[in-house]
Amino acid sequence: MSTHRRITVSDDGGVSVIRFVDKKIVDSGSIEQLGEELNSLVTVDKRSMILLNFDTVEFMSSAALNKLISLNTKVKAAAGRLKLCCLRAEIKEVFTITRLDRVFDLRKTEADAIAAFKL
Amino acid sequence: MTIVQEHWSFDKSLPSDLELGRVAIEELMAALCAAGWEGMDLFRIQMALEEAVVNAIEHGNKRDSNKMVRLFFEVTPQKVVMLISDEGAGFDHRNVADPTTEELIDKPRGRGVMLMRELMGEVVFNDLGNEVTMTKFRSVEVPE
Repeated sequence: MSTHRRITVSDDGGVSVIRFVDKKIVDSGSIEQLGEELNSLVTVDKRSMILLNFDTVEFMSSAALNKLISLNTKVKAAAGRLKLCCLRAEIKEVFTITRLDRVFDLRKTEADAIAAFKL
Repeated sequence: MTIVQEHWSFDKSLPSDLELGRVAIEELMAALCAAGWEGMDLFRIQMALEEAVVNAIEHGNKRDSNKMVRLFFEVTPQKVVMLISDEGAGFDHRNVADPTTEELIDKPRGRGVMLMRELMGEVVFNDLGNEVTMTKFRSVEVPE
């Protein structure tokens, strides 16, 4: 299993629920590490159902957004599923502006997202 | 009675170091709060500014610490102006690829300029493209 400093990982009925340690995801070094940890969920841990819970995240730069896009590519390549939940309005606006709300499956609550994995 | 800072400005040239850029951004954010800015406006300003500063340091000056980034900020309770310039060769800001197209939507790059233009009231590049001035007026609250 890979080690994590930028994320925490828990399991909910086979879904890996990922939370972020940093409230503001903006530091370039931290973002690089975050990207590696997220990717290792797929490449090392072989997790196939991943939920990113943003309830503690107040800010993220587009560099962090790019790491999510890379993760999404890896998950799709591994025939896995990725969902995001609990985005604040400000962060959701960024997904809307960039049309990434059509690329990612965004859910309002963790419960909604977990239920959607079961569909 | 809340005392609001009426005018604050910042004008420094910094070496091309992301950490120094981040410290300057934090100073601006603190000045905005002191001037009464809040909520979505703060987020949008920080987002656009992060993009501009990172672009100047990473793409403009190629992280060469011998090259400087000039940051000029001016804050009032109603308006913020931010000028960011680097010593790079510039870029063709009139022909930035649209990152929302089907071909580019999955690419992990290329959204910075778009975010700046969408989040700010006005974004003006100089001809060369190594200087950008962004302006935002404070959002008007809609009464319930």
